[in-house]
Amino acid sequence: MRLRGVVHDLVVDVDGAADAARPDLSADYFTLFDQPRRFSIDEDVLAERYRRLQGLTHPDRFASASTVERRWSVQASSFVNDGFETLRRPLKRALYLLSLAGVSVDEETDTAMDAMFLMQQMERREALEGVAGAADPLAALTAIERDLESARAEVAGEFDAASARADWPAARDAVRRWQFLDKLGREADDLGARLDDD
Amino acid sequence: MALLQISEPGESAAPHQRRLGVGIDLGTTNSLVAAVRSGVAEVLPDERGRAALPSTVHFSPDAITTGHEAAMLAGAIRSAKRLMGKGAADLEGHWLAAHHRFDTSGALPGFVTEAGPKSAQEVSAAILGALKARAEATLGGTLAGAVVTVPAYFDDAQRQATKDAAAMVGLPVLRLLNEPTAAAVAYGLDSGEEGVIAVYDLGGGTFDVSLLRLQRGVFEVLATAGDTALGGDDLDNLLVDWLLERVGVDGVPDGQARVALKELARGLKERLSDETSVPVELEIGSHRWQGELTRETFERLVAPLVDATLKPCRRVLRDAKVAREDIRAVVMVGGSTRVPAVRARVSRFFEREVLIDIDPDSVVAIGAAVQADALVGNRADDDLLLLDVTPLSLGLETMGNLVEKVIPRNTTIPVARAQEFTTYKDGQTAMALHVLQGERELVDDCRSLARFEINGLPPRVAGALRIQVLFQVDADGLLTVSALERESGTVASIDVRPSYGLEDGEIERMLGESMERAAEDAVARALAEQRVDAERALEAIGSALASDGDRHLDGSERAAIDALAGAVRQAVSDGDRDAIRAAVEALEAGSARYVERRMNASVHAMMAGRTLSEIDDE
Repeated sequence: MRLRGVVHDLVVDVDGAADAARPDLSADYFTLFDQPRRFSIDEDVLAERYRRLQGLTHPDRFASASTVERRWSVQASSFVNDGFETLRRPLKRALYLLSLAGVSVDEETDTAMDAMFLMQQMERREALEGVAGAADPLAALTAIERDLESARAEVAGEFDAASARADWPAARDAVRRWQFLDKLGREADDLGARLDDD
Repeated sequence: MALLQISEPGESAAPHQRRLGVGIDLGTTNSLVAAVRSGVAEVLPDERGRAALPSTVHFSPDAITTGHEAAMLAGAIRSAKRLMGKGAADLEGHWLAAHHRFDTSGALPGFVTEAGPKSAQEVSAAILGALKARAEATLGGTLAGAVVTVPAYFDDAQRQATKDAAAMVGLPVLRLLNEPTAAAVAYGLDSGEEGVIAVYDLGGGTFDVSLLRLQRGVFEVLATAGDTALGGDDLDNLLVDWLLERVGVDGVPDGQARVALKELARGLKERLSDETSVPVELEIGSHRWQGELTRETFERLVAPLVDATLKPCRRVLRDAKVAREDIRAVVMVGGSTRVPAVRARVSRFFEREVLIDIDPDSVVAIGAAVQADALVGNRADDDLLLLDVTPLSLGLETMGNLVEKVIPRNTTIPVARAQEFTTYKDGQTAMALHVLQGERELVDDCRSLARFEINGLPPRVAGALRIQVLFQVDADGLLTVSALERESGTVASIDVRPSYGLEDGEIERMLGESMERAAEDAVARALAEQRVDAERALEAIGSALASDGDRHLDGSERAAIDALAGAVRQAVSDGDRDAIRAAVEALEAGSARYVERRMNASVHAMMAGRTLSEIDDE
C-alpha cells in the first residue's frame, strides 16, 4: 500500500475530513498545560493541570449534551490527552520542542551518525540477542535495561542543555541517538514480555 | 444541549427533574441492573427478590422468555456473550458450537431456535430488555439511559455488538464502561483508597486485569490486559469433563444432561470453597459412579487455567511500568474469584492478601450505576472522572502483509492520531485502507475491523500525494477512521462497523421483528421525547446567547441562529416528530461554530483563572 509513513504525535485538524470543528484550545501544548517552553517539566503541575482539563472536556461531562458539544468534547479531550502524552514522555517532549523550533528529525533519510555511537548500538543489540541463551536471562536483560536507562539519561541531559541554549543542531543530534536507544528499549521490553510469558 | 455545563459543571439544565440512569452488568452467565437511589447505589432485584438474571433466553414463536424461567425450558440459549461480535468463521472449533445448533447462512451466525435463527446481539437484546423493564417498573419512570459494562479486553466488534443489542430494545447507551473500571469505581468510592490498585476480574466467560490509579475522584486506567476466551465457565467445564471420565461416559452428552452436569459441577465448585471434600453420586444412563471430590483434586484440575490468568497480570505490570510492591490493593471481581485456589494463586502473584470483602457479583453493576447517575447529570459534586484506555493496538495494513500501529494499546481515550501515507505508483487514483486491531505484526494474526477505499485522487507521480489517515477512538472505545488527501480535498471515512457487524437498517429490522413494543405508544413517546429535546436545545441556546451571544457573534450570525431557533419553536407547536428533529438538527448545525467558540473560550477562562495553589486548597 505504501512505502513509508510518518507518525504525527500531534492531533491534526480534521476540518475537511468530517466537516468537524478543530478543538482550538491552545496554540501549543506548553501553553495549554501552563508550562514554560523548555525540556525540564514539573510533573505534578502537569498531572494536576491534565486532570483539570479533562474535567472540563471529557465526553462524560457531555453525555446528555447536543451532538455538536459531544463532538467538540471528543476532539478537545483527545487533544488534551495527546498534549499530556507528548509532554510527559521525555522523548516525545524533546521531539515536540524540536518541531516547535522548526527542526525536523527524519530517522529514515538522514543516516549520518557518529560511528562510535553506532558501534555501541551494535554491541547492545548483540547483548540483547544473547539474552535468551544466558544462564539467567532475566538478570541479563535487567543489566541491559540498566545500561540503556543510563545511556538515555545521558542523551536527555545533552538535549536539555543544547535546547536551553537553542543549539538546535546539537539538540537534534542528541534526539537522533535517543531514538536509537528508545527503539532498543522497546525491543528489550518485548523480550521481557516474552520471558515473562514462558 | 448542555451549554451551561462547562461553566457550572454540577448543574443539569433542569435540576428539579431527576433523570433515571442505570448501570447494567451484561454478563456471560448472569446479568444485573443497579441504580443510585437516595444517594446509594444498589442492585435492583426482581419481584421475587432475586438480584441476578441468568443470561439465558428462550425464543418461541409467541414469546421471548428470559432468566430463571428460560433456564427451565429446553433449547434455551446460554453464554451468548461469548459470540458477541463474532462471525461464522469464529464458530469453528468454538465450544459453544458443540452445545447449540447454528444457522450460518446470514451475515451473523444465528442460534437455531423455534422462532428462527437468533444472533448473539438479539439474545443480549432480550436480556437488556428484561433488565430495562425491571428497572422502569422499580424506579417508576422511563430510563434516560444505561451504562452497560463490557470486558475491558473486548475488541471494537464486540463493543459495537453490545451497543447494537441495546439499540434493538430502544435502550440509550450513555457509555460502554469497562468492567474492571466499574469495579474500581465502586471499590474506590466505598473505601476512599488512593494509589494504584489492581482489579482481577474472572467473569463467567472472560478474564480481565486492570491497573488503575485512584486520586481524588479521578480513576485513571494505567493498563489493561485479558483474554475474552477464558472464564469461570471453563472451571465448570473442566469439572464436567472430570466427572464424565469418572462415570465412564465417552463424549459430551447433549441438552439437558449437559446442563444438569454443569449445575452439578457449579454446585461442587461452590461447596469446595468452604469444604475440603464433597461426596458425589452420579448416574448417566446405565453408568453410575459414587465417590468424592477433594479440594486438592479440584485445584489440580483448574491450576493450568488459573495460571493462564497470570500472563495478562504480568503484562499489565510491564505495560504500566508498575512494580508489584507499588500496588495498594488487589480487588477481586467475578463469582469465580470465590474459589480459594484462585485467591491463593493471585495473592501469591501480587505478594499480598487480595480483597474479598466486597461482593464480587454486584460490584461491576454498582460502579456502572454510579457512573450512569453522573452521566445523566444527577451527581452534584462533579468530581468523578474515569480515564480509560484502548485494550488493543489499532493499525493499518502496509506493504508485505504487515501491520503498522497507529494507536498503541493502553492509550488513554478518547484519542485521535493521524498518520500520513503516500502513493506508491505513478498515476495512482485510489488507495485501499485495511484497519486492524491486535498486537501481532502480521495482518493475518490481527483482527480485521474494516476495509475502505479513498478514490478520486488526482493522478501524480508516486510519492507526490500525501494522504492523511485519522483514527479517532471515542470514550466508548469505538473507532472511526477517515482519510483525507489535501491537494484535491478528497475525503473518505468509515465508522468501523466490522464485516460481521450490523448495518443500521438491520438493527431497525430486528427492532421491528423482535420487539413487542406497542407501535402507537412508541410513536407517542418518540414525539414527547423529541419535544423535550427541542425544549432543552432552545433553553440552552437561549441562555448561552443571553450570556455571551454578543461577544462571539456578529449581527448576521446572530440573526441566522435566531431564525433557526424560531423554526424549532414553530415545529414544536406543529407537533410533527420528524420536523422537530430536523429543526433541532438544523439549529445544532447552525450554532456549531458559536458553541465551539464559547466552549473553547470557557476552557481558557476556567484554566487561566486558576493557579495550582487554588487547586491544592480544594
